[in-house]
Amino acid sequence: MSDEQNLTRRGLLARLIAGASLGVLGGCQRLSESSWFPKVLGLGEKTTYKMQRLILPRKAMAQEFPAPDLSPQFRSNGTSMPNNPTYRTLASNGFIDYHLEVGGLVARPMALSLAELRTFPSRTQITRHDCVEGWSAIGKWKGARLGALLETAQLRPNARYVVFYCADPMADDGSSLYYESIDMEDAFHPQTILAYDLNDEPLPVKNGAPLRLRLERQLGYKMAKYVMRLEIVDDFSRIAGGKGGYWEDQGYEWYAGV
Amino acid sequence: MPNCEATTEQDKDQAEDTVKKLKRAVARYPYYRHPLPIRIMHWCNALFLFILLLSGLNIFNAHPALYWGKSSYNGNPPLVVLRADENDEGELSGVTRIFGHDFTTTGLLGASKDTSGELAERGFPSWLTIPDDQWLAMARRWHFFFAWLLVINGLAFVTYSIASRHLQHDLLPTGHDLRSIGRSFIDHLHFRHPTGKAARYYNVLQKLTYLVVIFFLLPLMILMGLGMSPAMDSLHPGWVDIFFGRQSVRTIHFVVAWTLVLFVAVHLFEVLISGVWNNIRSMITGYYKIDGEPKHE
Repeated sequence: MSDEQNLTRRGLLARLIAGASLGVLGGCQRLSESSWFPKVLGLGEKTTYKMQRLILPRKAMAQEFPAPDLSPQFRSNGTSMPNNPTYRTLASNGFIDYHLEVGGLVARPMALSLAELRTFPSRTQITRHDCVEGWSAIGKWKGARLGALLETAQLRPNARYVVFYCADPMADDGSSLYYESIDMEDAFHPQTILAYDLNDEPLPVKNGAPLRLRLERQLGYKMAKYVMRLEIVDDFSRIAGGKGGYWEDQGYEWYAGV
Repeated sequence: MPNCEATTEQDKDQAEDTVKKLKRAVARYPYYRHPLPIRIMHWCNALFLFILLLSGLNIFNAHPALYWGKSSYNGNPPLVVLRADENDEGELSGVTRIFGHDFTTTGLLGASKDTSGELAERGFPSWLTIPDDQWLAMARRWHFFFAWLLVINGLAFVTYSIASRHLQHDLLPTGHDLRSIGRSFIDHLHFRHPTGKAARYYNVLQKLTYLVVIFFLLPLMILMGLGMSPAMDSLHPGWVDIFFGRQSVRTIHFVVAWTLVLFVAVHLFEVLISGVWNNIRSMITGYYKIDGEPKHE
């Protein structure tokens, strides 16, 4: 190989390396905006879901903490006061007229007041709330066990998911109400509760009064605040954007274990 | 004729030089240093780590602060915060707060130009993140997809290295290696690199660095990634407290990421000063040119 050839090869290689790095950087944004590539990337999170369901025992418990670990203030994130007249009327009366509706694939649809919810088997737990953004806060929650509530409502055999309909609109014009969904494995987990107390006080409005979901083995966006209605379904593809939740419809994973 | 004589002397010197150079050129022989699987896994690893770093910085930007402990809100201030301050004229400035000390880092950290050219509040600048825009859901997709590829590549590397005895032959330091650490250290400081037969093998500092990266930093990185998962934390409740709690785990993940960047920087520097094209060629074709004649060894 002559020196000249050598130099040409080196020049070509240098150009290739430079071109490849620029291409990678510019290409990543374009790939993110394509319709097909995010679906390929989504295989990563789908694999995570399958692996975690495979290796984690069904009743594996999220860590619980002693009282000194409590966060001095439990941070409010997202909505801190729903822009919803119906909700504000309920809140102004201390939620005395609030009823949680339970319907869908159940033998016994229900409408439960807060007083009635407090008669259900409850659980109190000091747990860590992990936001998808990266922060964590520790709070003490008390609430009705979702499993006990669903047993009372008597699920039909084809019941697969619990959908939570909330009072907080996500759009400025008051539309696009928050919603979420979980499967029955999570719904019947002992730490899955509909919380009405935070740090021994009734749940504040900024943290989701009068009722919010606690789903301790997933990220914060799964834990719907301002829960008004539960619907038991066999499929959520016809609800709103079809991905099983407000943030899921914006591209976040339905399974938020990571 | 003194002039003529001088010319002859010069010619003689030049001729000798040329002969020496030719001899050297002739006496450089290609040595097959990196087998194909190692080359493939090396470049995969480089690409995966690059994407993981940049998508990770986009994820970090969703909450550009680091804490120590079980939660972010435990009464102690954050260790690090990247933020933007706005003055009375509405101008933004980027501020990096480290252990309570503020540094102005406008344009790079805290506030930098977004893709439309406007100064905006963001932790790391858009040219250091995947995707360019602040887009947490998409950054997570990139990050977790390439995290799986990194894990698969890493497992393949360890399996191959043990089975092919690459680990035992090339990476584990010998007794002689360990006794010459001091000399290797001084050689590195003087930018002296092994030549001849010694250039066939990694030097002892190189071996130890690779071992630390492969068997300590990368596994720690992955473990700290898993530690941030609320589901994985339930595998054995409280295991993240071995690493001082979930927010410490997140901080360690971040620090190890930049330690790997430091490793790559030193790695590239050494590649650059010890025969850049020879090194790059050897990691593409497998062949590294070594001074000397193979039959004389």
